[in-house]
This record gives sequence, C-alpha cells and structure tokens, in this order.
Amino acid sequence: MSSILEALTADEVAPVAEAGGESILPLRLEGVVARIRGKTLIGPIDLTIGHHGLTIVMGPNGSGKTTLLRLMHGLQRVSKGRVSWSLPEAAVRARQAYVFQTPIMMRRSVVDCIAYPLILHGVAKPEARARAADWARRIGLGHVLNQPAPVLSGGEKQKLALARALIRRPDILFLDEPCANLDGSAMRDIESILMQARQAGTRIVMATHDMGQARRLASDVLFMYGGKVHEAAPAAAFFNKPQTMEAQAFIKGDIVE
Amino acid sequence: MDSISQGLFQAFRLVLTLDPDLYRIMALSLRVTLTAVVIAAAIGLPLGAWLAVNRFRYRRLTIAVLNAFMGLPPVVVGLFIYMLLSRSGPLGVLGLLFTPTAMIIAQAILITPLIASIAHQAIRDLWAEYHDLLISLNATRVQRIKALLWDGRRALLTATLAGFGRAIGEVGAIMIVGGNIEYSTRVMTTAIALETSKGNLAFALGLGIVLIGLAVLVNLGIHWLGRTERASNW
Repeated sequence: MSSILEALTADEVAPVAEAGGESILPLRLEGVVARIRGKTLIGPIDLTIGHHGLTIVMGPNGSGKTTLLRLMHGLQRVSKGRVSWSLPEAAVRARQAYVFQTPIMMRRSVVDCIAYPLILHGVAKPEARARAADWARRIGLGHVLNQPAPVLSGGEKQKLALARALIRRPDILFLDEPCANLDGSAMRDIESILMQARQAGTRIVMATHDMGQARRLASDVLFMYGGKVHEAAPAAAFFNKPQTMEAQAFIKGDIVE
Repeated sequence: MDSISQGLFQAFRLVLTLDPDLYRIMALSLRVTLTAVVIAAAIGLPLGAWLAVNRFRYRRLTIAVLNAFMGLPPVVVGLFIYMLLSRSGPLGVLGLLFTPTAMIIAQAILITPLIASIAHQAIRDLWAEYHDLLISLNATRVQRIKALLWDGRRALLTATLAGFGRAIGEVGAIMIVGGNIEYSTRVMTTAIALETSKGNLAFALGLGIVLIGLAVLVNLGIHWLGRTERASNW
C-alpha cells in the first residue's frame, strides 16, 4: 500500500455532504445538447450521476468525453436540454471540483496554489496555508512546498491539481484524463488519492483512455461515441459483455473512429 | 567627441560635487514622475485587467482607442491640460497651473493608456491560461481580477516601468503646464532643454547622463524590491 493511502484520513477528504450537509447529487442530464456555432458537439444525452461510485468515461478521441465533463461541471454552455442538481444552481459550483488534463498551474508556490480555493471561500490565509501545507506533505509534495508550481514535474503538477480540487472536500470530482503522460509511479499515486477520496464518499467522474486504469477504478462506465453516450453500464458488465460493436472493438483495442 | 567627453565630465562633476541645484531638480523629477506612475498604475493596471476579463459591447473599440492613446502627443496633452487649468479654463479656480501638481496630472494622463494597454495584453494571455480554473473554482469577478493582477505582477511591473520610462523622459507636456520655473517646476528634462537652447551642450549632456543613470537606478531598485529575477519567487 502506498504512503498516500496510509496518510490521508477520511475526515480530510470526505465531502462536506458526508459531514451532515445536504449533497448536491444526484446530477441529472435531460436531453442535453452542446453546440458551438451550429455544430453539435455532443447530445442529446440523458443520464443520472448518483451519490456513490466512480464513473469512468471512455471513448475514442473526439467522441465528446471532455465536452461531457465540462458540460456537467458548468464550463460548457448547454444549448438544449437541462442539467440539474438536487440543490439550487448557486450552491452547486462550490461543491464540485474539476481536474484538467493539462494541469493549470498558477504562478505561485505549491502551498499557495493548494490554499487558493480555501482563500477564495473566506478561509483566513494563515489557516488556509497551514491546511494546504499539511495536504501537500501528505500527498508527497512536502519537499517542494515553497517552489513555484509551474516548475514541478508532470506527476507533481497533477498531484497538486488533485490536492487543490479535493481540499474543499467537493461532493463530486470531475477528472479529464488526469494520468495522461504520467509514468507508472505517478499514476499509482494519483489512483491512490482517488481511491481514498472515493472511499470517503466523494463521487468521481473521470475520463480516461487507459483501459487498465478503467478496469482498476471504475464502478460504472459511460462509453461515448459520436457525441452520444453509446453505452452506460456497471464496470463488470461493460468489460465482460459490451453491448455495442464499437464498445467491443474499443475494449479489444481495435481502432474505433 | 569633445562635447561628449565634456558631457561625461560634467555629469561626474555634478554628481560628485553634490551640486544642490542638480539634487533639487533630480528630487523634483523623481517626485513628479513617481507620483504620476503610482496614480497611472492605480488606474491603468485594474483597467487593463478589467478589459481582459470582461466582455461588453464596445470592448474592441475601447481597446483600440486605448492602444492609440499610447502614442498621445505630449505637447497636445500639455496644451489640453493648460487650457483646463488656465485661469479662464474650467479648472482655473484650483490654481494648479505652473505647479508640480499640474505636471503630475499631465504625466499621469500620458502614461495611463500605456500602462493599461501593456497590462491588458499581459493579463489577456494569463486570463486565457487561467480562465477554466478560475471559473471552475467559482471565483467572483473581483477575485479573478485580483488573481490575475497578483500572478501577472512581473509583466505588470514591466508595464509600470514602461510608464516610468516614458514619464521620466517626458518634456513637452510638463514644459507647457509646469513652465520650467527655477526652484519651482524645473525638472531634469526641462533643464536639459533649457541648457541646450542656451548652447550649454556639455552641461545639458551631463544632465542627460545623470537622468539616464537615475532611470537605471530606479529600475534596478524596483526590480530588487520586486525580487523579479529570483527563481524561487513568482
């Protein structure tokens, strides 16, 4: 077991909802379509993201994985249909987090980057920095605490992004291929943090191309193809008995266009 | 060549003999310019950031006008302010004409568009980089602008120093609104212009060399204070 799994306690990563607050989940998409300049990117999509689990979004390049995640998180405008949470719109943004495929590093020290979401939401700077430093140490960034974030390695940047996303204990965490271009060790660390967060109750929705990672982490799978959810199934069912030809080919490693 | 070597000699002599007149006009130059830079930065930096972050109907036109104003002719600005502050002008009652305050106003007007425009371009690039993150973190508009100003501070320091560079070397506007009055509104550039017109080329060149040295010192001082070239600082 990695040191990360040993270090993080449930209290530190459990979403606010687990501590007695009302959850923003389930998330419902009803007939959702995203268009840009008349071109349909994805949709129509109907799906529900429930309270628990880790959903893996898979599919070939251009199938709409990133657009779906951005749309659920509110970064992509909905052209048609409805995205709804169990709480009013104003309350939900602060209770979700997003990790980008290419981590966005603010031009600050590692500790200040991790502390930033707390400061944004009114936590006093000394307390936010102390909590961020603690987080950084526990996920293996203690040795680079005061280094500028942009000079970190790819794996360290992604850990930082994950710490920044989780420090406010979101109800739901979206990740867009967080382990793309990472080596095995960095990927294991990231997966450890994700498993810890999931066990503590954070709902996770993650896009990945990595079949091995999908098999290790997924509780259920959304298979995207041609801008639509082509197949949605529990992980075991999807990997053992995919219903569509495209999903079968994708799992076999054939080229799916 | 003689004039140049004499100019260098004059520059050293002025500095080393602690010439009181020189130090008086140096002090006034710095006071006027630094005050103008502080005012222009206080307006121009948030304005640049605001323009980068906000979308509104005449945004492109506003940016185009701002960019055009980077090249405002100092003499025209000086004349405009002269007309505003002259006894018969709308602000004549304030009695500011031929005072350092009038010179500060003129310089601030000249360099605000320069600082705002450079700041806008720097912040626009940073905003493109930070956009998704700040939206995702639910940062308010003010929080976004604060983050961009703080994280873009190196580029903004450059914008501010560009404003300082333009202001410290400016002569047309402050000559008109300040009047180049000895012991009152004479600064380095107006003194150089005066000495040149009197034919004291070596002395004028000496003043010029001192002025350049002053500008370099201020730039170095600001970089040192801002710790901009240290790898561990951002």
